[in-house]
Amino acid sequence: MEMIAQFIYRSILQGTPLLYGATGEILTEKSGNLNLGIPGIMYVGAISGVIGGFFYQTNSDYIDPFLAVLIPLLCCLLGSLLVSLLYCFLTVTLRANQNVTGLAITTFGVGFGNFFGGSLIKILDSDVPYLALVKIAKAYKTTPDFASDLGPIGTIFFSYGFMVYLAIIIAVIASVVLKRTKVGLHLRAVGENPATADAAGINVNRYKYVATCLGGMIAGLGGLFYVMDYSNGIWSNNGFGDRGWLAIAIVIFVIWKPSLAIPGSYFFGALYILFNYINVPMTYIPIIQMLPYVVTIFVLVATSVRKKRENQPPQALGLSYFREER
Amino acid sequence: MAKVKQHTREPLFHITKRTEVPLKSSVLVRTIAIVLALIVCGIVTKLFTGDNPISIYKTIIHGAIGSGRFLVTIHELALLLCVSLAVTPAFRMKFWNIGAEGQVLIGCLSTAMCMFYLGGKVPEGLLILIMTCMAILAGAIWGVIPAFFKANWGTNETLFTLMMNYVAIQLIEYFLKIADKSGSNVVGPNLLSHGWFPRLFGQNYILNILIVVVITVLIYIYLNFTKHGYEISVVGESENTARYIGINVKKVVIRTMALSGAICGIAGLLLVGGSSHSIDSNLADGRGFTAIMVSWLAKFNPITMVLTALLIVFLERGADEVSSMFGLNADFAEILTGIILFFIIGCEFFINYKINFTHKKTEEVKEGK
Amino acid sequence: MNALELRNVTKRFGEVVANNKVNLSVEAGEILAILGENGSGKTTLMNMISGIYYPDEGEIFVNGEPVTISSPKDAFDYKIGMIHQHFKLVDVFTATENIVLGIDDGKHFNLKEAAKKTAEISEKYGFDIDPKKKVYTMSVSEKQTVEIVKVLYRGADILILDEPTAVLTPQETEKLFNVLRKMKEDGKSIIIITHKMHEVLSVSDRVAILRRGEYINTVKTSETNEAELTEMMVGKKISLNINRSEPVDPVDRLVVKDLNLINSDGVKVLNDINFAARSGEILGIAGIAGSGQRELLESIAGLISPNSGEISYNDPKTEEIVNLREKTPVQIRDLGVRLSFVPEDRLGMGLVGNMDIVDNMMLRSYKKGNSIFLDRQPPKDLAETIIEDLEVVTPGPTTPVRRLSGGNVQKVLVGREIAAAPTVLMAAYPVRGLDINSSYTIYNLLNEQKENGVAVIFVGEDLDVLLELCDRILVIGSGRVTGIVDGRTTTKEEVGLLMTKMDGGNENG
Repeated sequence: MEMIAQFIYRSILQGTPLLYGATGEILTEKSGNLNLGIPGIMYVGAISGVIGGFFYQTNSDYIDPFLAVLIPLLCCLLGSLLVSLLYCFLTVTLRANQNVTGLAITTFGVGFGNFFGGSLIKILDSDVPYLALVKIAKAYKTTPDFASDLGPIGTIFFSYGFMVYLAIIIAVIASVVLKRTKVGLHLRAVGENPATADAAGINVNRYKYVATCLGGMIAGLGGLFYVMDYSNGIWSNNGFGDRGWLAIAIVIFVIWKPSLAIPGSYFFGALYILFNYINVPMTYIPIIQMLPYVVTIFVLVATSVRKKRENQPPQALGLSYFREER
Repeated sequence: MAKVKQHTREPLFHITKRTEVPLKSSVLVRTIAIVLALIVCGIVTKLFTGDNPISIYKTIIHGAIGSGRFLVTIHELALLLCVSLAVTPAFRMKFWNIGAEGQVLIGCLSTAMCMFYLGGKVPEGLLILIMTCMAILAGAIWGVIPAFFKANWGTNETLFTLMMNYVAIQLIEYFLKIADKSGSNVVGPNLLSHGWFPRLFGQNYILNILIVVVITVLIYIYLNFTKHGYEISVVGESENTARYIGINVKKVVIRTMALSGAICGIAGLLLVGGSSHSIDSNLADGRGFTAIMVSWLAKFNPITMVLTALLIVFLERGADEVSSMFGLNADFAEILTGIILFFIIGCEFFINYKINFTHKKTEEVKEGK
Repeated sequence: MNALELRNVTKRFGEVVANNKVNLSVEAGEILAILGENGSGKTTLMNMISGIYYPDEGEIFVNGEPVTISSPKDAFDYKIGMIHQHFKLVDVFTATENIVLGIDDGKHFNLKEAAKKTAEISEKYGFDIDPKKKVYTMSVSEKQTVEIVKVLYRGADILILDEPTAVLTPQETEKLFNVLRKMKEDGKSIIIITHKMHEVLSVSDRVAILRRGEYINTVKTSETNEAELTEMMVGKKISLNINRSEPVDPVDRLVVKDLNLINSDGVKVLNDINFAARSGEILGIAGIAGSGQRELLESIAGLISPNSGEISYNDPKTEEIVNLREKTPVQIRDLGVRLSFVPEDRLGMGLVGNMDIVDNMMLRSYKKGNSIFLDRQPPKDLAETIIEDLEVVTPGPTTPVRRLSGGNVQKVLVGREIAAAPTVLMAAYPVRGLDINSSYTIYNLLNEQKENGVAVIFVGEDLDVLLELCDRILVIGSGRVTGIVDGRTTTKEEVGLLMTKMDGGNENG
């Protein structure tokens, strides 16, 4: 029982960055932007938070838990917002190719993250040996006191830092907004058929900008969670790995539904760590780690073969919109 | 006669697509963009190193083509160019293959497997031949799988090829676990000791470079002077025209992706058999993604691609030198590459679109019915 | 008082005058039909009322007040709604979702309430609509209903319908007309664009006639008749002086028998088509745009496969009869059938805009020979010949065709198709958008082919041209052959009447 609880606990921790990334990418893709820059944006979000936290930790004697959370959080949002704005400017205003722009953003973002992760101390001539924000991480990892008293139930439900719950809340809000509000309806129309949306009086470019920037900021939080909570505030270059791409895979896996992204992300998180909990020879670990991608390919093929219209990618995904080409 | 009414909410400017782009102005716009980007790169570098700009550019140039580095830079160029050439036929067809990384890796894997399992058991010459065939075959298969689904069911190729990359990575990891029981992340030259490409003129890499030169010429010829290349262009430009002249679009899609994958496979062969003699899951080093940008920047022209690939490699090698000189992280290169890319991507707009300011009384643009 | 009035409205597109000083008015509780041939400027005019185009000159009044309409939103604010010929709907949305899309009334978003209001509107006017049904599962007429409700939902008092019956069956059309009559009783003003005469007569109160962008007249439907309207629509015959020789030894080269085609929307676009194209003769095809002309030619060329019927080709050398139905273009060519086709969509189908003239020359012939390489010499020679013979204005044979003017593009396309030495030549609207000189070049080319014994099929829209160029004219209406007449003896009125006739027998001429 304890082991199962541990497994679920670890899966949820693994799945949370993915959930942020997937929710952000779903919002973005619903506006018709296939943002392949999300992996880069998650790096930028993470390192921006780290930089903010680093300044706070090194420049103040007393660490106020509230500020310790707030400063990195705001820095993370600002960093991801700026990169998302760049993506929007290039693809929406300048109508550049989305694939190329996204990949360039990822190249830049991953480089940006690793560069500052590896060189921040050097640049600032700081005297700390390495980039560890343990005190800040402690604030992020604060869990309710009663969790440990509840046994497995506490482990599964109450033993996380606030960002795990925040991810769920954001995904639920995204789901409600997309499904039940006017804004969501308009956003979906923009991603499906921008010409129709335009004719109905919807400002297509504004929706694309707002959705993509919000999506980027949400994804950036995934990076922040990874450093501050999952890695205890210790930055390691390329430590975040390919989770950004995995988040894009989840978007397909959950057929563009944020509500499904919650279990979907945890499921992928579970697959990620499954080998620790089952008795398989070391050799087969890569095969198990391959599963998320294989499952995603299977879903992608199945939805395209079945041709159920509701499960298809937004129809105008990846295309820039130019009114005069109607 | 009625008075002409003033538009009440006329926008300040009006954007139209250019029908004609004179070569001169497109070269000019791109040159300006690259110069601006280099200036910004210089400023960014100065911010982090405090060095003066002239000396920074010197360091970059030294890093790229300084003594003893020239051949390595050319080899890097060759490898990136090879992958860029590989993705080009598919892109000309408007098939957004972002799975070159995986196609290269699967080529690496099959090459390494041949070296590992057949090394010492067959003559070296034959081994290299088998390696070549297997790398081509593996890459082609990796390219055809998404193409098959795209051609038959319209499965989104961008997402499919992206996923295939990670399947390839994990397959390599699997091989690493089998080949090297020590649990290391790389299978090195000691285990892959056979099937190395011969050194030409007493130098490493020369054979690799020559092979890429040949591929460049062949791809150029294939795209511009063969019937297949012509069909690719027609399918990419207009599927309706392809239908009108009776081209079998499905066949062309699958055939072209097989070719794209096969060349990626060759790139994998060059990486493992021709240079590193080792394999790990990061061997392609993002070239599959960089290649997409290189190919796109060159407007899918194999000859221009030599220049765009050179630009990227030059910058990466130069930035490497800058970062190592100032004790900065090597990822500095990615930041500079990113900046250059943003400028070039952005400048395309000014080549393809025209901004008409309203006060000049713009001409009405006729919209389609 | 007029609900809507236009005074001296003019719209130009570059050199072309799409509407010249048009006057129009419609009252509350009235149905106004706008009648005119293709290209007479009906849609442009309506687009100005609905805010898509902005007029160059003239004034628009709503309820007597002068107004400025510069966007679709402005039009909605004046309670004007347009139902476009090409629906603007999001496929994966339900009817209700589409109906409320873009409405910003500051009220709480409530789809249930919207569905209720939709149901109310439907009931009031007798629509049959399921608010929860997804658009992609709907038939064309259901989609149209959604478009109409969408406009009513926004409180439109003036409704413009652009060719609403083009996609409907006669039963659906009757249903639509009943709805329109109910709306009229409700005090709405309705403008309906159409060119089907019986519809004009059955539904409208008054008819406004446009011809080539000019406003002709407005008459009361009760005080006019079919013949008078047709005459106003097509105008007096203008003499063009196109040469027309007598056909020499015509034989049936291509015989189409009982051809039927149902499109993806389930609409029967070709309905029991029967005709023969003869060698040494130009067969004209007249009809309102979208009556099945494109589908007919594409069926013959092997681009789409018809549901039933026969297309048989009589080989002039062997006199063998070959069935072309369900053959691909490549198979047709392999059979030795020399069929050339100048499609309507020049740069989207017949030519590749970004390729140069030489590469476009070999579109149909690049496969010749066993070499894997292209042989650019023959197409280059051909390009140079065509540039010289047809006086194509271009910097050279390596200029991308998209940079050429419309007339020159067409010369390149027709030149290539004729160079294949066809036995059957099909040309769809080959002079559309061309200036007078280029048009005559094309007429002469077609005549030359005819004199060489080619069976020429010419789909045209200008009746004056059809009457002077063609030996016989096949008139097509709603996917049916409504008549085949002799080009030398028929009159504009006769063809005009056949074009607007809904159903007629298949008379073989």
